[in-house]
Amino acid sequence: MEIFNHDSDIHFLGMRKYTVAIAIFLMVASIGLIAFKGLNYGLDFTGGVSMVVDYGQSVEIADVRGALEKGGIHNAMVQSLGGTREVSIRLQPKDDPGAVDAAGKFNLDKIAADVLKVLHVSRPDAKLKSRDYVSAQVGQELRSDGTVAAVFVILGIMAYLWIRFERRFAIAAVATEVHDTLVTLGILALVQREFDMTVLASVLAVIGYSINDKVVVFDRIRELFRLARKAEPEEILNRSINNTLSRTIITSLFTGITMGALYFFGGTAVHGFAVTMLIGIVVGTLSSIFVASPILLWLGVSKKDLMPVTKENPELARRP
Amino acid sequence: MSDFPRWKYALVALVMLFGVIYALPNAFPPVPAVQVTANRDAPPINTAFQQKVEAGLRAKKVAVNEVFVEGDHLLVTFANSDVQKTGSDEIKALVGDGYTVAFKLQSNVPHWLGVIGARSMPLGLDLQGGVHFLMQVDQKDVIEKQENSYADDVRSLLRQKNIRYESVTRSAVDGQGISVILRSAEDRKTASDAIANEYTDLNVSDGASTGDRFMLKVTVKPEKLRELARGAITQNLGTLRNRINALGVSEPLIQQQGDSRIVVELAGVQDPTEAKKLIGAVATLQYRPGIGQPGDARAVEAARTGNIPPDANLYYMRGDNRPVLVSKQIIVTGNQLIDASSGIDQNSGTPKVDVTLNAAGARKMGDFTNANVGKPMAVVYVEQVYETKVVDGKEVRVPKITETVINDATIQGAFSKQFQTSGLGSPKEASDLALLLKGGALAAPMDIVEEGVIGASLGQDNIDKGFKAVLLGLALVLLAAAIYYKLFGLVADIALFFNLVILVAVMSLIGVTLTMPGVAGIVLTLGMAIDANVLICERVREELRNGSSPHASIRAGYEKAWSTILDANVTHLIAALALTTMGTGAIKGFGVTLLIGILTSLFTSVTLTHAFTAAIHGHRKLKTLSV
Repeated sequence: MEIFNHDSDIHFLGMRKYTVAIAIFLMVASIGLIAFKGLNYGLDFTGGVSMVVDYGQSVEIADVRGALEKGGIHNAMVQSLGGTREVSIRLQPKDDPGAVDAAGKFNLDKIAADVLKVLHVSRPDAKLKSRDYVSAQVGQELRSDGTVAAVFVILGIMAYLWIRFERRFAIAAVATEVHDTLVTLGILALVQREFDMTVLASVLAVIGYSINDKVVVFDRIRELFRLARKAEPEEILNRSINNTLSRTIITSLFTGITMGALYFFGGTAVHGFAVTMLIGIVVGTLSSIFVASPILLWLGVSKKDLMPVTKENPELARRP
Repeated sequence: MSDFPRWKYALVALVMLFGVIYALPNAFPPVPAVQVTANRDAPPINTAFQQKVEAGLRAKKVAVNEVFVEGDHLLVTFANSDVQKTGSDEIKALVGDGYTVAFKLQSNVPHWLGVIGARSMPLGLDLQGGVHFLMQVDQKDVIEKQENSYADDVRSLLRQKNIRYESVTRSAVDGQGISVILRSAEDRKTASDAIANEYTDLNVSDGASTGDRFMLKVTVKPEKLRELARGAITQNLGTLRNRINALGVSEPLIQQQGDSRIVVELAGVQDPTEAKKLIGAVATLQYRPGIGQPGDARAVEAARTGNIPPDANLYYMRGDNRPVLVSKQIIVTGNQLIDASSGIDQNSGTPKVDVTLNAAGARKMGDFTNANVGKPMAVVYVEQVYETKVVDGKEVRVPKITETVINDATIQGAFSKQFQTSGLGSPKEASDLALLLKGGALAAPMDIVEEGVIGASLGQDNIDKGFKAVLLGLALVLLAAAIYYKLFGLVADIALFFNLVILVAVMSLIGVTLTMPGVAGIVLTLGMAIDANVLICERVREELRNGSSPHASIRAGYEKAWSTILDANVTHLIAALALTTMGTGAIKGFGVTLLIGILTSLFTSVTLTHAFTAAIHGHRKLKTLSV
């Protein structure tokens, strides 16, 4: 079975002015979104208290919020965890003054008990499934750790491509990589999905996934350059994208299928992960086709740069 | 003609076998159980004890699976975690205080698998429920204590060397060390030399001098500070381990995280209050004059009648509970103890504990022992636990103090700074005593910076969902690959399936804790592992289109795809590596899974599929390929 015409000859690079313009626009928009709207950081990053409450019968988020307000617990964030019976409640310790002692220390069990008591007033079927506390300091550190990890990944990949391919490939890959990461984060900021530790892991995995995609195209570019007698860069790049198009899309589909399974069946704990990965797969696939190669072309890749370095043998040179 | 060497077939078969065997233990899920261990003073666990528990549970109509003695403890297994909870409560009431009753997940893995080292993956807290804490160790406190102790030492040294000084004070600002004020420049020179010679861990430098005040700045060397910080963490870990063992959690995880944090995970525990109480406990030691020997007539009499001499306290020995009378006078406290280590006494050949005191403690100890050779000296262990009680509708924190005598020995001769307690029963007793002396107290206070309770039902829920997601993800990809690439797709399917098996086997063998992010990592690995096969299949198709013969197409397909696969996987590996270096648990678990998954998928999608393809197509003349 084949979905894609193997003789496809779409002139992707012909659209490069538009595609790169769109990519730049998306990047700028994402930076704007991250800067002004911000990511909806989860408990892992902000610190605070989080509880998962399970109801016997379905419940309205507004009712839970109302019950908390009425019980004197203000500013609590209530979110549905998929389905109508499970909600997550997030608050800062100071929102429940009764549980903080004079020294500023507080008691998680007390807060949990308070919240449950308040909820029980209207709904006795509320059950506490888990409760967590993370200090703000730990969250702060995690944020910087995450940034360091992302930078480390990008630099490590750049170094490898520089050695295995060539400088221009490394730069094009990293530029696209930054684009993919930013746009993924931008979409997360736009839809205000909770950004927790598993989502961070997912964003880092997106970097790994999308580089995979680019490397496959780059590999083909290198191969075609080496094979071609007359190497017109634009044509070679275009042929490479077309040749690998089927693989690029099939792999994305396969990975997408598994992430879909994770999203629909894996439960709330991995929702964020699966969604982020799905966003990343779409962004990464599109950028492999439309963004990475135009950058390579502008950087001026040529056949000469890619020929395997042959050792000059003085012995041979001397022979007639 | 097959160009696939024989030894590679053997390798593939071997790896497949390895994968199946070492992944197998995970097919036997552990059962909820309760473990009963006898404390030191309680009668040991035997068949009679087993029958008692069995009968007791039957009387209360608690359904049990099995009750059996294993080594020095009793195990009771249950059908599910709800019964386990009731069962545990009943058993606790049944056996009383002398026994520790703990939740446990009892492994169900057949014996022969255990013999070859195959075991199931440990489950993270999010998959089995429990509590976790992350604690920050206050390093400033350690340094402050140590600097105060050095200030003490410097004072003694100056006095001993007859150097007149105005003051020796620890600077109130952290990191400024100790400032010594002397009367003259000569004194300062002598003092500086003396300190530098005596205490090699200290840096000495001249400070500003005004009039007749000559300042000397003494700071602790950075290496020593680092060593102290490390020591504080180690000691806190040891202390926590001791205390949590008393709690009776079967497999507690107590680990250092980063430079100054300790993570504690207690699986199966649902109520963190007891654990928090123990973590927050304050323990100190007191060296006090003993009155008589433990268990002697006077002590027994005092315990019986309650007539305790006014200058004494009646305590009990830790372990055997013999009564002992101890004077109220305190010679030295645990704060003055610098180090305690166990060993074997060269003279008597009996186990011993070496103790080192600081200058102030040494002076007091010297004065006391000089005057009291031949008399007993007791070590009293004081533990303070805060409990929250409700008094008049208000919650009040009430300290609960437990005092026990951990050692009572006769003073053989005068000693001060360093001394040893010898004649202990066994090396174990010696190391226990050393640990208690040193580790009874936390080296530095700790703050809980992260805390979580995961309900047991949530854990089971996560396992079910994770399992479903893995199976469904796998099934869908298998189906899609088989449809799209036909026979080659089926071969890729075999590879993908074995990739899952081998990944699980390697994770089990290494002992990677499985968490929900880890499950996500497995699913992602499955999705991405098929990529190598997609690359190979697309290549083979291309070669066929270019007019190559089927055999040549297979060969060229594998050859040409390999460099791409390698590059793609190495870059991916770099990303996974970065994930594993992130300190935090959840991401680490994901990263490790991804890392192992990339490596196993390299083998399965390339070598394993090549073996199968070669075996299927190798010896036949082919006109077409099903790809």
